[in-house]
Amino acid sequence: MGNILTMARRELGAYFLSPIAYVVIAIFLFTSGLVFGIGAFQPGAEASLRTLFDFWIILILALVLPMLTMRLMSEELRSGTIETLMTAPITEIEVVVGKFVGAMAFYGAMLATLLIYPIILSMYGNVDPVMLLCNYIGLLLLGGLYITVGLFFSTCTKHQVVAILLTAGVLAFMTFAFDPLSQLLEGWPRVILQQLSVRTHFHDFVRGLIDLNHLAFFVTMVGLFLFLAVKRLEMRRWQ
Amino acid sequence: MIRVENVSKKYGPLLAVDNISFHVERGGVVGFLGPNGAGKSTTMKILTCFQPATSGSASVAGFDVFKQSLEARRRTGYLPENTPLYPEMRGDEFLHFRGKLRGMQRPQRLEAIKRVTDRCWLGDFISRPIGHLSKGMRQRVGLADAMLHDPDVLVLDEPTIGLDPNQIRETRSLIKELGERHTVLLSSHILHEVEQTCDRTIIIAAGKIIASGSTDELQKQFSAHARVIAEIKGPADEMAAGVKALPGVQDVEVTASDGWVRLAVSPKPDHDVREDLFKLATSKGWSLREIRLEGATLEDFFVKVTAEQQRSHPL
Repeated sequence: MGNILTMARRELGAYFLSPIAYVVIAIFLFTSGLVFGIGAFQPGAEASLRTLFDFWIILILALVLPMLTMRLMSEELRSGTIETLMTAPITEIEVVVGKFVGAMAFYGAMLATLLIYPIILSMYGNVDPVMLLCNYIGLLLLGGLYITVGLFFSTCTKHQVVAILLTAGVLAFMTFAFDPLSQLLEGWPRVILQQLSVRTHFHDFVRGLIDLNHLAFFVTMVGLFLFLAVKRLEMRRWQ
Repeated sequence: MIRVENVSKKYGPLLAVDNISFHVERGGVVGFLGPNGAGKSTTMKILTCFQPATSGSASVAGFDVFKQSLEARRRTGYLPENTPLYPEMRGDEFLHFRGKLRGMQRPQRLEAIKRVTDRCWLGDFISRPIGHLSKGMRQRVGLADAMLHDPDVLVLDEPTIGLDPNQIRETRSLIKELGERHTVLLSSHILHEVEQTCDRTIIIAAGKIIASGSTDELQKQFSAHARVIAEIKGPADEMAAGVKALPGVQDVEVTASDGWVRLAVSPKPDHDVREDLFKLATSKGWSLREIRLEGATLEDFFVKVTAEQQRSHPL
């Protein structure tokens, strides 16, 4: 446990010492602000962030979070610090979970900046706090999944560019392609693709619902990719 | 303190380490000497639990590096080749991070960081970002990290590579000092360095240990293999018979050209036949124009080994 926190703190610190973190935050704030200003903040519109959360935020996160995760392991592999790291008394699980927690903490700070929008909206209308909570839980789960996918691909290569491309590609596919693709199919393949579509699972959180089915989907996927990342890191020893 | 038993390591079809065994007792500096690509780094990676051996077993401070990896790692300090560090961190930040991974509490860490900063002459450089430091300074930060938890065993992979002559001298004297408290295993491809810093040397080439012992022992071992080369003017047959009859001579090769006879004499162990050769020549009235020892130094031997490895494993 101590090692996980140590690792997480180092990762979080490393973000703020590199320009990437600031670029990521800038892109995130600019795009989300743009969508809010044009889409949601209109006279007569509903006092919610539905326009932002329904589609745009998913797209923004799928593009921005890979930038955050690409260096997590790739940088250690490239610079060779993996050697000092893995010869310290720390396990592969602690390294992977620690890096995940560090990236999540940074992501949490990013999400906190979005709170400015409900505050602005509440000056002009009534914002439903339960709905907002659901939205945030959904965003944390969605981001958690994106971060673990990115973390996994980062353990696969020492080239950050390869890591970011693989991550963004896979995320875009999982999020946007599974649902339309499932329409082309019949029977059980269709059900499977529908069940794997990230956007479908995220949708209920936007509407203010927390369904156990969707919760289980995100938790399972996060667990799966963390497991894959640990295994990939353990494999390195045998190469 | 370090035990390596029949360890081999394969990278795909390449056999990087070929069934090596050695033991190192507590204290002192042991040098791992070999040309580039001999398997030094690979052996060190196995000892520091970074990569498991393909076969064989190894233990550090009594803990098996594979089965009790975390315990072994707690007792080992490791400076990998090229000193990988996090450039964005400051030296002391980095050492705090490493200390935490080693389970050290804050007061303990502060004390340890002060100790290693002093010993590695880091001074104020410790509070600068690592990425801004010179190669030599970074090397010291890496060394400070390896020493931070006062480990039983220090494994240093090419600790002086890329340093300027002054820094090399300082680092060597630091390593010698460290050998008084810790068991130090250092690797190098520079014979001179190992001769200066190490109490014991293990020579490795093409994945095999080919010799080991103190510098004096090795010196003796190789002077036993040395041949005496002499060039004498006289009848070749008579000379060959006469030399062979000398008490210290094991074997002799004779080659004659334009009146001069070249003798390559292999002496019996611990015999110096040069004086006998001289006496033989003068008693017969033959002229002597050259007499010398060939391959007597560790250096000659090392050069020979390096050349042989390069011939059989062209890089």
